[in-house]
Amino acid sequence: MLDSIVRNHTLAVLVDNEAGVLARVIGLFSGRGYNIESLTVAEVDAEKKLSRITVVTKGTPMVIEQIKNQLGRLVPVHAVQDLTTDGPHVTRELALIKVKGNGENRVESLRLADVFRARAVDSTTHSFVFEMTGSTEKIDAFIELMRPLGLVEVSRTGAVAIRRGAVGFERGVSASNAATKSPLRKRKRVNA
Amino acid sequence: MSEAHELNGAEIVIKALADEGVDIIFGYPGGAVLPIYDAIFSQNQIRHILVRHEAGAIHAAEGYARSTGKVGALIVTSGPGATNTVTGLTDAMMDSIPIVCLTGQVATHLIGNDAFQEADTVGITRPCTKHNYLVRDVNDVGRIIHEAFYVARSGRPGPVVVDLPKDVQLATGRYTSVREATHRTYRPQIKGSPDKIEAAVAMIAAAKRPLFYTGGGVINSGRRASELLTEFVKLTGFPITNTLMGLGSFPGSDQQFLGMVGMHGFYEANLAMSECDVMIAVGARFDDRVTGRLNAFAKNSKKIHIDIDPSSINKNVSVDIGIVGDVGSVLDDMLKVWRKKCYKPDAKALKAWWGKIAGWRARECLRYRKSDDIIKPQFALERLYRHIKGRDAYITTEVGQHQMWAAQFLRFEEPNRWMTSGGLGTMGYGLPAAMGVQVAHPDSLVIDVAGEASILMNIQELSTIIQYRLPVKVFILNNHYMGMVRQWQELLHGGRYAETYMDALPDFVKLAEAFGAVGLRATAPGELDDVIEQMISTPHPVVADIVVDPDENCFPMISSGAAHYDMILGPEDKRPEVSAEGKMLV
Ligand SMILES: Cc1ncc(C[n+]2csc(CCOP(=O)(O)OP(=O)(O)O)c2C)c(N)n1
Ligand SMILES: [Mg+2]
Repeated sequence: MLDSIVRNHTLAVLVDNEAGVLARVIGLFSGRGYNIESLTVAEVDAEKKLSRITVVTKGTPMVIEQIKNQLGRLVPVHAVQDLTTDGPHVTRELALIKVKGNGENRVESLRLADVFRARAVDSTTHSFVFEMTGSTEKIDAFIELMRPLGLVEVSRTGAVAIRRGAVGFERGVSASNAATKSPLRKRKRVNA
Repeated sequence: MSEAHELNGAEIVIKALADEGVDIIFGYPGGAVLPIYDAIFSQNQIRHILVRHEAGAIHAAEGYARSTGKVGALIVTSGPGATNTVTGLTDAMMDSIPIVCLTGQVATHLIGNDAFQEADTVGITRPCTKHNYLVRDVNDVGRIIHEAFYVARSGRPGPVVVDLPKDVQLATGRYTSVREATHRTYRPQIKGSPDKIEAAVAMIAAAKRPLFYTGGGVINSGRRASELLTEFVKLTGFPITNTLMGLGSFPGSDQQFLGMVGMHGFYEANLAMSECDVMIAVGARFDDRVTGRLNAFAKNSKKIHIDIDPSSINKNVSVDIGIVGDVGSVLDDMLKVWRKKCYKPDAKALKAWWGKIAGWRARECLRYRKSDDIIKPQFALERLYRHIKGRDAYITTEVGQHQMWAAQFLRFEEPNRWMTSGGLGTMGYGLPAAMGVQVAHPDSLVIDVAGEASILMNIQELSTIIQYRLPVKVFILNNHYMGMVRQWQELLHGGRYAETYMDALPDFVKLAEAFGAVGLRATAPGELDDVIEQMISTPHPVVADIVVDPDENCFPMISSGAAHYDMILGPEDKRPEVSAEGKMLV
């Protein structure tokens, strides 16, 4: 059945950059047993004190709908956007990958880095730190290739994502979702 | 409000509370809130009720809030004072009760140092509040308190904690008055989508076997919502059932009312739920106590769900039309559409449907075996109802069999008259809640229907009740057992009654007297009416110890993991085998 298929969804969540907001979002996921595949957060508007959280989660359509609504219910959450269902979007991750080795392996790692457009941002006579950005899959693939060549450690940011096209967050709010707040448009107060 | 003179943080707290219209605050002092207590001391706008335990303060604030529709307020000290409110905060969260809980905190420079009576209050209460704040700047105190009240009462109501470090209470600063303060972004959706409302009303008009299923959201929305609901139900002639939380949103003695729905709900309500073709869920959340086994729940029905909380819609049960909005506003719009389009219910189909319901009603699901020599708990409540019917009465309960019997045998004609811990099922709720109700309604009859086990959980509040001369009545259905748990042991664990019998119980009459209340006791059916009469006519706090049949079980019942149509009506009914999944359910 279609509604029992578990899928990854990338959600963008715009929040007030205030103390405890990240704990609130993470607590919601752990408390209600939702998955976090990856999570990134940073301030995106210093003047309005807004942060953007990108969270990759997985679940059936009903669970994803719940997650969006539960996020929307948190007081400091402004808007929730489901990039996976809201049309085309770009996802990028940044990774730092340390590889150690000499001779053939060292040359091979440099060659592959070139193919993947990874840059060496630190090098010693027997090691490199490569920096690369790309989709999660591309980074996964590069790491797999580095493993036999002397992979030492990996640090990666997790996904950040944004919708393609000219439309910004304020109009890109999940249409299917009555819950989603869109306070970026000047909203009139309804009743008291 | 002008800033003619500067105030300290504690004075700002009191000023902000007064500006919010707070007339009563429940609380318990301690080192971290001394400046606020000092500010309380030197004013007379806000009356402070000194409880005996912080758990009592928060349940009292809940009782106050639920019986008035206003926000309940309390103040406690840091550390243990704050942690003692956690159960009550969770209770208020589950039942959507608007509460503002002020907690003291150690000075900001000490936070994180394991200082004396330090606790990470915002960390601990984050999952059990709608929102919480740690105030770090005295100039934010006013704004945050106003915001807290706004958040607590707007949208789906809930508890809000404001944690106030002691240095912030002592610093001087600027007060922001109520007109300047709102929340930056939090604006719940009040008005329902007109298209969906039109579609829903058309669906309602075409229904052949309709049922209104309404919950606490109707009561939370305010009196007007109950009036509109009643109007709509009368206009359509449809049957209606209430959840435990929704009792009183429609007149309980009306012919169209099928009684409570759910695990211990009425047979006719559950069967109607199971067989309806259009279900109109209003401010109810398809809780597991209501739905029974989900894959057997009202399978052939179209469902309309009105709720202010979008996350309640399609959470447990997927619905055909989900309308996000305040139920009062949506019902108002629905009535307008109904009238404008001159809809008429399908009278013929409705007649057949009521015929079917009459058949279920004829089973008389609340029937129990009468006795001449032992008081049956159901009989005690029947008699109690006879005495309070038509009076200006408020009922609270503890948690257990007595609570379910009270929900079955007492009828409520108005909202805000029935206060029970629904979502969390907190034993010890009823007595402090009754205290909060009585503070708000000093001249009304306020009764806590209690079990002997639950009442001991917050019995200390009798002392508060005496201090403030609150004529609360405690009606204990004393069966010597944690009856509800014993009933489950009978059902699921072969009657092995592990730790559900209390071998030593206090003499409740003497206990009442020790506190300064009046103690009464009934041990035989013949004594019951006199004791109830005396309890009601005594203008003081009364504890009535009603010694009832220890072996009685609460019926009807949908046992765990079963479907609505598998209801057990009484002890002689064959018990269906409880499935492995059923045993796993609470
Ligand atoms: C704080 C708390 N602890 C435990 C429970 C589990 N529990 C539910 S009902 C019940 C027994 C209540 O006994 P009593 O108050 O005598 O009511 P009765 O069922 O006998 O009417 C218990 C222990 C609970 N609901 N709340
Ligand atoms: Mg008992």
